[in-house]
Amino acid sequence: MSFIQIKNITKNYTNRRRTKRSPGDASKAGELITVLDNINLEFEEGEMVCILGPSGCGKSTLLRIIAGFDTDFDGEVIIDGDKVGSASSEHIFVFQQNGLLPWMSVWDNVELGLRNMKDSEMKNEQIQEYIDLVELNGFEHNLPYQLSGGMQRRAELARALAVTPDILYLDEPFTGLDYFTHLKVREEVVNIHEYIGKTMIMVTHFIEDALVMADRIIILSDRPSCVKMTRKLDFSRPRNMNKNKDLGDLRDEIFLMLGVSYVA
Amino acid sequence: MYKASLLNEKFAILNKSLWLPIISVVLVIALWGAISQLGGLGKHVFPGPATVLLAFNELFNNGELIKHSVASLYRVTVGFYLAIFLGIPLGIVLGLNRTLSDMVDPVVQFLRPISPLAWIPLAMLWFGIGDKPAIFLIFLSSFFSLTMATTVAVKSINPIYFQVAANFNFNRAELLTKIIIPAITPDVITALRLTVAVAWLVVVAAEMIAVQSGLGYLILDSRNALRMDYVMVGMIVIGWIGLSLDLIMQKFSRVKWTAH
Ligand SMILES: Nc1ncnc2c1ncn2[C@@H]1O[C@H](COP(=O)(O)OP(=O)(O)O)[C@@H](O)[C@H]1O
Ligand SMILES: [Mg+2]
Repeated sequence: MSFIQIKNITKNYTNRRRTKRSPGDASKAGELITVLDNINLEFEEGEMVCILGPSGCGKSTLLRIIAGFDTDFDGEVIIDGDKVGSASSEHIFVFQQNGLLPWMSVWDNVELGLRNMKDSEMKNEQIQEYIDLVELNGFEHNLPYQLSGGMQRRAELARALAVTPDILYLDEPFTGLDYFTHLKVREEVVNIHEYIGKTMIMVTHFIEDALVMADRIIILSDRPSCVKMTRKLDFSRPRNMNKNKDLGDLRDEIFLMLGVSYVA
Repeated sequence: MYKASLLNEKFAILNKSLWLPIISVVLVIALWGAISQLGGLGKHVFPGPATVLLAFNELFNNGELIKHSVASLYRVTVGFYLAIFLGIPLGIVLGLNRTLSDMVDPVVQFLRPISPLAWIPLAMLWFGIGDKPAIFLIFLSSFFSLTMATTVAVKSINPIYFQVAANFNFNRAELLTKIIIPAITPDVITALRLTVAVAWLVVVAAEMIAVQSGLGYLILDSRNALRMDYVMVGMIVIGWIGLSLDLIMQKFSRVKWTAH
């Protein structure tokens, strides 16, 4: 059960840097930078939403706020009628960089969310089930550095899914994967969403990912970012941009909106 | 044929890495012998390898060498453990608490570069003579570096791991045992390795004052007796033990969760 409401979220950072981010950057140290400017959003239960936006616009910041990691902001996040004040083990976050604990094996990482289960037999079964789900059987006792990038990402997905979370937050989960692995893991996430039907909010800068995966796409503007567009996608899956003209048109429209006029 | 030549090559490499250090040690001893013979300084001022070997035998057989080595190692161990048990927890607390570290860091930073030897007068005044002042100096030589290294290590833990801990509702104990300690282990072990080397340097100096045992005392006492052969035995044993300590620390410093 999760119906997420985001009301009037504004987030400022104090600029701690002395150096400029770009030649045109006029910001000074100590200055307040508005990253999110009065964001209002709602998410349906079971929905797969992709948030797109230019780099540095505040996508990760927004996701961290919704997930309760960052409580220093104006506005409210309400899930199921309750105000979010902290992170919760019912809402799992999959990190942009690798969030596996590097000193723990795949098994121990997946166990993290289940470590307080009393019945150890049931616990072990559940751990194994999710390791199998992401096709990592045989790698239970490997440490993260002994896995490829794609396997690490799948292990983190298994860890997140094993707690059967109500909501899954994914922050650019395919970053750093080679193209083929990217597609494979993406397909896996789509399948998992179809299989467990939980709410998933994914931040990405790959437009194609959003078009292939999302029930709804939200586009944020450049900093200070506000919601520029939200669009429902009523296309059946699997989706193919080259075969479905409407999907292709939508892609071009989004590219234009993000300031890219020519698309091959 | 091919296999055989490959095998030969392997042996050649093995031999090389085995023989080169032995050759250089033999050369150094030969050089030492030659200088002591031809340098004209005499056996009592610059004893050669044979004289020192005899002295070694003598000191080893009458138990002096072992007694002094044990005394030195005992002081280093106690001082070092004290530094570990106080410095590492303090470093963790400072690493987690910004306000506290802003207050304590400058003090530690200021005290750290003061050579432990500069504390000798105070150490003797406060702790009298015997093991205590020496242990205190060893403790000082390790404590500040360990505290600083631990603080820095905790501060540089990837914030993602703390978010993972929050996400999976870790309690304080779990945060410590599942995140903080494993994350800082590689850096802390490196610091321990450097610190133990410094502690070993300091113990010899500390033993030249205020104590009646230890390798530092052996050297000082032998000098007073004009027994340079004993002095050299002491130096060589100090070198050996220092090397062994480093090798032992090196064994521990292989952390198994990173690729390198
Ligand atoms: N801790 C911080 N302190 C100051 N500025 C920050 C901090 N974290 C992020 N920012 C700034 O906020 C903006 C949004 O960051 P982020 O949410 O990571 O962007 P995105 O994920 O969309 O690429 C960036 O311009 C970044 O420089
Ligand atoms: Mg980001």
